[in-house]
Amino acid sequence: MRKYSVFALAREAMRHHSGWEKHWTSPEPKSEYDVIIIGGGGHGMGAAYYLAKEHGITNIAVIEKGWIGGGNTGRNTTIVRSNYLYDESMDIYEHSLKLWEGLALDLNYNVMYSPRGVMMLSHNEHDRQTFKRHVHANRLYGIDNEWLTPEAAKEYCPPLDIAATARYPINGAALQRRAGTARHDAVVWGYGRAASDRGIHIIQNCEVKGIRRGPDGAVSGVETSKGFIGAKKIGVSASGHNSVVMAMADVSLPLESQPLQALVSEPLKPIFPCVVMSNTVHAYISQSDKGELVIGAGTDQYNSYSQTGGLQIVTHTLDAICELFPIFRRVKMMRQWGGITDNTPDRSPIQSITPVPGLFVNCGWGTGGFKATPGSAHLFAHLIAKGEPHKLAAGLTLDRYRTGRLIDEAAAAAVAH
Amino acid sequence: MLLIHCPYCGEARSELEFAGAGEAHIARPENITEVSDEDFAQYFFMRTNPKGIHYERWRHIHGCGRFFNAVRDTVSDRFLKTYKTGEPKPDRAEFEGEGR
Ligand SMILES: Cc1cc2nc3c(=O)[nH]c(=O)nc-3n(C[C@H](O)[C@H](O)[C@H](O)COP(=O)(O)OP(=O)(O)OC[C@H]3O[C@@H](n4cnc5c(N)ncnc54)[C@H](O)[C@@H]3O)c2cc1C
Repeated sequence: MRKYSVFALAREAMRHHSGWEKHWTSPEPKSEYDVIIIGGGGHGMGAAYYLAKEHGITNIAVIEKGWIGGGNTGRNTTIVRSNYLYDESMDIYEHSLKLWEGLALDLNYNVMYSPRGVMMLSHNEHDRQTFKRHVHANRLYGIDNEWLTPEAAKEYCPPLDIAATARYPINGAALQRRAGTARHDAVVWGYGRAASDRGIHIIQNCEVKGIRRGPDGAVSGVETSKGFIGAKKIGVSASGHNSVVMAMADVSLPLESQPLQALVSEPLKPIFPCVVMSNTVHAYISQSDKGELVIGAGTDQYNSYSQTGGLQIVTHTLDAICELFPIFRRVKMMRQWGGITDNTPDRSPIQSITPVPGLFVNCGWGTGGFKATPGSAHLFAHLIAKGEPHKLAAGLTLDRYRTGRLIDEAAAAAVAH
Repeated sequence: MLLIHCPYCGEARSELEFAGAGEAHIARPENITEVSDEDFAQYFFMRTNPKGIHYERWRHIHGCGRFFNAVRDTVSDRFLKTYKTGEPKPDRAEFEGEGR
């Protein structure tokens, strides 16, 4: 694989860009691999990459039913941050944030990680207390997070309306400066390119339809739309479809798949310098490098695999955006879509061995797993290679639903991620 | 937005009047103090989360206020049936292949 660099750019500019290589190869599946990853999103593709890079396992297939990155990775609003409340969450999200910081260099691929700051608005006394608790917990743990007055918040994000007469008045904000955004599909493409370069097979348009098990109960491979493919280890990372895939091996999970919607506006000149989230009024917003305002809504209240949601959810979010940023009232929205998020009862993810030998699961990232892509992938690779969790993910196992040691970020983070 | 037929009010109303209340027909064990941690986790946390026919509870929160059950297809989001709490769980064969 040819390295990307400023010299490569100059060379290709001189010859009409005729020398760029394909990012990854598309081989026919072999009959057997050491490891199969189900789901070619950022988490699955990244796990394959780290298995090769850090554990020397390269005989791997990543099996994707559509195109890689076409699931939630390609549908999300790309907020990246690590200022969660509980130790288990801070461990994995901060691990991830650190990997984001060096990811473009590691992959030789511009993932457009942009630490432009994520500001979370506080609207009432409850918010203020909750966010201050977060700020203190984070700082004790060595994670940056600071409290801003409304004036400082306005300075950081000029379009914000902080008038005392506003529909949703603001009494402060929590700011994580190292947080920000990254380019959704670049992450999958970057991992895919680097994985393919290490000999990993990326098999697209291939749906897993069954998980075959031997007489001892252990996995022996998967039935797919391209026939049977063998493997002694299978890592499942299928986001909204995790329950469906794991049911193929009779494993039940504490998941409910719900629609989560987002929308983008027509492109505008640079106007919005950071990411702003308001959990209380259910809206989050940033501006993409193309100039579109990227806006995220809340989940619909029912289980669904339809990748669409109700319009009332989107309008509710736009109501809030227009109140917080009155200058956007006449901006036109261009596109709206939904993804299917797999939500756990404690709104924290699961990375775990399962009752089926050789079967590993990475699930429950729900509405907030994009930020965790590198960290989750890195730790999931460790789990698959070693058969036991890395210490940074030790609290995320399925066993917590039996022991009761939940990681209740739902209450703490007030819904949105 | 979904249109939901409340079996108590006998009318289809907008989703805004309703609150989704999760999977239906999950019976709380009667000997709750005796069940093992494994069985409790199964009852309390595990969900079938199917792609297709789903039995679920709704509450007509801004109407009669009552809980009822529904059969809905999670691929098309269409309601196949709503029925009163306590009525038997409809057999899924009833809904197979009817252009859901
Ligand atoms: C609208 C929206 C906004 C969001 N905003 C944010 C945000 O701002 N910040 C944040 O951190 N997170 C956000 N998220 C959540 C985030 O997108 C996900 O948690 C994360 O991208 C999940 O990555 P993944 O690789 O696990 O899943 P995916 O990218 O969904 O990959 C899973 C893949 O598995 C494949 N698959 C499924 N079944 C099969 C099968 N049977 N056989 C083969 N392949 C299969 C799918 O096709 C899919 O490509 C958002 C999500 C949505 C929907």
